This record gives sequence, structure tokens and C-alpha cells, in this order.
Amino acid sequence: MELIIQFGVIAFLLLLGLVFGRAAEARHFRELKQKELILRQVLVFSEKHPPADQEFRGAKLVVGSVVIAEDYFKRIAASLKSLVGGRLTAYESLMDRGRREAIVRMKQAAREAGASMIFNVRIETARLSESDSNRQALFAAEFIAYGTALVPANRP
Amino acid sequence: MEITNLESIPGKSITRHLGLVQGSTVRSKHVGKDIFAGLKNIVGGELKAYTELLNESRAEATERMLAQARAVGANAVVNVRFATSNIAAGAAEVMAYGTAVVVQ
Repeated sequence: MELIIQFGVIAFLLLLGLVFGRAAEARHFRELKQKELILRQVLVFSEKHPPADQEFRGAKLVVGSVVIAEDYFKRIAASLKSLVGGRLTAYESLMDRGRREAIVRMKQAAREAGASMIFNVRIETARLSESDSNRQALFAAEFIAYGTALVPANRP
Repeated sequence: MEITNLESIPGKSITRHLGLVQGSTVRSKHVGKDIFAGLKNIVGGELKAYTELLNESRAEATERMLAQARAVGANAVVNVRFATSNIAAGAAEVMAYGTAVVVQ
């Protein structure tokens, strides 16, 4: 009996994760697409040196960050998949969302500063975990994107 | 005080290098935020409380770095880097470091 209840709880959490997690992910990707379209005028480079033939008025460090966690379904799906190895698509989409969101936020910060270009962009990922004795480790990661926003001198 | 993560500040020249300056802070969430994140873990997605916490930490680390830079007489910090590390369950260190310089 106890086993059935336990199994039921796991199945319920899986279902919750699958339904709400999927819906949230689809919504997030839609939002990202929209925001990226709006922010496409802000150019992003990992290049260290801004073009020498252009003059700039101001330089400002801009940062975008986000902490994203897996859902219950992803966790189970990934742990099952890692038994056979190969691509963990559950995590691939999570990383993609996090990184794109961080870049979008960095671009928003740059646009608020009136800049149109960001140079020397660095992207970092840091794992944040929480391990309790009675709980499984939570997978959450922080994504940071930062760079130097430059305002062209010829702009009003 | 100007901060960039380039090696120089466009349109200005560096007249003096004053060495490495850094600032860091270690923070953890309070219990209420933790419970929220625990529920969120079932459906996943952004943990806004954590995003906020780390943003505040980063602002504080940057402020401490700037305080060091001011103390050595700099008017800009270049080549700034950020680093986050998870040092204990529920606590994260955020660090900012860069080179303090005098620009003209």
C-alpha cells in the first residue's frame, strides 16, 4: 500500500513537471523570440577591441543574469537518459533558455544606457545546488552575460 | 568612476596602472525564499528570488571593488571580470575583480 502511494506521488510530480514545465518552456521560448526581435539593433561582439575608425562617447559595464531550475520531469528524464548516455535534450533546452535570457537582459541594460553595441561579451555559467540530507540535489544554474556597452559619438 | 571589461576606455588613455582591485560577498537566501524555490523545483523555470539575490550580490561586490579602487586613487576600473561560486548548500559567493587605473 505504502509503495503504491509513493509511486502515486512520484507519478503525480512527474505529470505536474511534464505539463507545467513544458508549457512554461514553450512560453519562455516564445517570449525570447519576441524580445530578441525587438533587441536586434543592439549588436553584440565577443571582440575585445572596438573598431578604431569609430568614436564612442561613453563606456558602461552591462550585465544580464538569470537563475533557471529544472523541473521534476526533466530531472527524471535526464537521469534515465544518462543510464544509456548520449544527448540530454532535457538539459540542452534548459541551458539554451538560460543563456539566451541572460543575453537578452544584458541587451536591455545596454539599450537603457543608450548604447547600440556591446563589446568583449563574456558568458558564464555557475551551478547552484542545494543538497539536503532529505532532499535530492536541486539543479539550478546561474547564467551571466556581461560586456562593455558603447554609445557611438555621432548619436544624439 | 568608470567601469569596463575592455582593456582600455575608448577615447581616453590610461596614464597610470594601480594594480588589481577586487570585491566579493557571500550570501544565502532566507528560509521563505528557499521554500518558494523548493516548490518551483517541481515545475522548473526561472527562480526569480535567486536571480534577484545574485544581482544584489553582484552590485555589492562591484561596490566593494570600486571602494578599493577609490582608496588607491583610481578613477576607472578596466578589464573587470565576474565570478560566481557555490561554496556551501544554499550560499554563493559573487566576486568582481579588475585593474584599477587612472585615465585622462
